[in-house]
Amino acid sequence: MEKIPILRMGPFLLVTIQVDMHDRLAMTLQDDLTNRIAQTGARGVLMDISALDIVDSFIGRMIGNISSMARILDAEIVVVGMQPAVAITLVELGLTLAGVRTALNVERGMSLLRAAVGPAETLLPLEEESGNAIGED
Amino acid sequence: MPSVKTDTLDLGSSSDVVLARQMVRTWASELGFGLVDQTKIVTAASELARNTVEYGGGGTLFLETLQVGARWGLRLVFEDHGPGIPDIGLALTDGYTTGGGLGLGLSGAKRLVNEFELDSRVGEGTRITITKWK
Repeated sequence: MEKIPILRMGPFLLVTIQVDMHDRLAMTLQDDLTNRIAQTGARGVLMDISALDIVDSFIGRMIGNISSMARILDAEIVVVGMQPAVAITLVELGLTLAGVRTALNVERGMSLLRAAVGPAETLLPLEEESGNAIGED
Repeated sequence: MPSVKTDTLDLGSSSDVVLARQMVRTWASELGFGLVDQTKIVTAASELARNTVEYGGGGTLFLETLQVGARWGLRLVFEDHGPGIPDIGLALTDGYTTGGGLGLGLSGAKRLVNEFELDSRVGEGTRITITKWK
């Protein structure tokens, strides 16, 4: 089955959306990512959407949902790399992604995450993952 | 120089919504639309194609390039034979939805194009025509 990979880097999870997502794939990502946050105890998530050439209301809602779910699971989330044309269109569509933390690029996103989580915590090793069903570590 | 042409695409599933986006992107780019306008019409097409699949039970997208003098445009018609929309004014209100969405699909799509026309008959179906001029 088609899946969007979720990579682990220290206390963070990295998601790069590289494909033109159909709706079911977006829903799968929502489920996978929340499961991975719970499994790994990740403190932050960086979601790179620079390859998305449109964000419509469905994908926008998915991004909003993932942000809320991550926050409830005690993980910071930053959405990075939105193309300018996508941002313009999104606002005109009526979607402002209120409550979603964004950064211009991966670098700024990572420093936001590090600042939010704190330098000491960044160095702590994660607990062992149980099950390891989806692990690529 | 773009050419006057037409084509159709069946909309039956969410992967057809992706196909519709790709097709509209190609056509808009061939007509010489700038990146922002391409993104706007592709996004509008994505909203309407999804509505056709989700609410209309599937349908058809008709694509057509338009030429009026030196001016080029892209017209998209989304047609289904689903339940129709009982209250069009309400359906076009931001935030109104009968599904699980945000209620921005129709109203948002309307804002992203130059012309928007909605024809719907309860029990017969819905036809939405959008046009973006270059």
